[in-house]
Amino acid sequence: MCLGIPGKITAITDAARLMAMADVSGVRREVNVACITGDDPSALIGQWALIHVGFAMSLIDEDEAAKTLEALRDLGEAQETLNQMAASDKALAAGVET
Amino acid sequence: MKFASEFRDPAAARALLSAIARKADEIGATRANPVHIMEICGGHTHSIFRYGLDKLIHEGVEFIHGPGCPVCVLPMARVDECVEIAETPGVIFTTFGDAMRVPGHRKSLLQAKSGGADIRMVYSPLDALELARRNPGREVVFFGLGFETTTPSTALSIQAAAREGLNNFSVFCNHITVPEPIRALLGDPDMMLDGFIGPGHVSMVIGIHPYDFIARDFGKPIVVAGFEPTDLLQSVLMVLTQVAEGRAAVENQYARVVPEHGNPVSLAAIADVYEARPSFEWRGLGEIDASGLRIRPRYAAFDAEEKFGIGYATGRRNVPEVEGCACGAVMIGKLKPTQCPQFGNGCTPEMPLGALMVSSEGACAAYWQYAGAREAMA
Repeated sequence: MCLGIPGKITAITDAARLMAMADVSGVRREVNVACITGDDPSALIGQWALIHVGFAMSLIDEDEAAKTLEALRDLGEAQETLNQMAASDKALAAGVET
Repeated sequence: MKFASEFRDPAAARALLSAIARKADEIGATRANPVHIMEICGGHTHSIFRYGLDKLIHEGVEFIHGPGCPVCVLPMARVDECVEIAETPGVIFTTFGDAMRVPGHRKSLLQAKSGGADIRMVYSPLDALELARRNPGREVVFFGLGFETTTPSTALSIQAAAREGLNNFSVFCNHITVPEPIRALLGDPDMMLDGFIGPGHVSMVIGIHPYDFIARDFGKPIVVAGFEPTDLLQSVLMVLTQVAEGRAAVENQYARVVPEHGNPVSLAAIADVYEARPSFEWRGLGEIDASGLRIRPRYAAFDAEEKFGIGYATGRRNVPEVEGCACGAVMIGKLKPTQCPQFGNGCTPEMPLGALMVSSEGACAAYWQYAGAREAMA
């Protein structure tokens, strides 16, 4: 929860809410880009960011992203974050009242 | 020693370890009279243990594990309050997974969930917001836990809820800040710290100037560090260099990620939504001035403390910790984890008695997880 994980921004999904799709270790996850965007969010597509609990907090270069991901894997934190993303999908789907 | 296979760049690590040894000798640091360096962040603690840096480094350098693990410093009373809110009819209680197994007096959130409370682990407060949108008839409470790495995320989520007029979403705010406990530790006459390794990702949000008082008022060096092993070793060398030169400054080893002034959007959101509490309770450290955040009155509609009348502000104080648990003494460096009588007996990661055994960022869990590897290195 205290360590961010690198993700690559692949699309803007909701420009008004500043939401984007990110690829995090092969998992697609919607993230908020308010903290890293300039005037044009679409300029973020293809860039790497450090993502903390669903919020992209800092742009990083591809080399830094690769090194950070490797360090997170060593610590078991990468898998832990991916597990949390999966658990969250489950939490969203469970018991929805209409 | 598994040294070479453990490091991506063993040559760089060896060179740094040699430079550290030379600098430690220059200062006259020895096993009996070491330089004490506190790594503030629990992620750094984990990394130090993962790579055995405390064993590889010159014997005159001793790491003191700081308070930078949010679930480790969470008083049991806060867990009890979470359970109380979660057991309120109609509530969906959402939390980061880290908090699920932290023991409360009656039960943990995980035990409350088994007992039928609707408690859901979420990766992000954005998912709690989405749950609130999908469940208009339920009150969705998010447990706002953590330091400045997670604080912007709950601030931005509250702002979003306010914009959308989402009146069934609230945050149980127990966010804490990094600089104030460090000020409290430095003010303790028993504490013998010579320098600090500053947190990387927290500093990405707040920048490096919130640490100015450490150098200016207390004359101690602090180096903000990345969490790869060579980042940590380089940062130790930078701290030792300051000590050797009789300097005290805030330095940034992790400038490739940490901007001097932090992230302006995050800081603006935090300032808009939160204000400092006069004081806040830390497990093991007690009450610390201005070390916790509460939701500003203008966002009271999204404040679970207001909605439920439950929380730190409602006045329950100093609820005693579990008998036999020495987390408090370990937290301030007075005891090593293995010196706690419960370590490995009454307290293991599977059945934690104290919070330091729960999180992978806690010192006890790190000692436990890497015990085998550490014996092999010794």
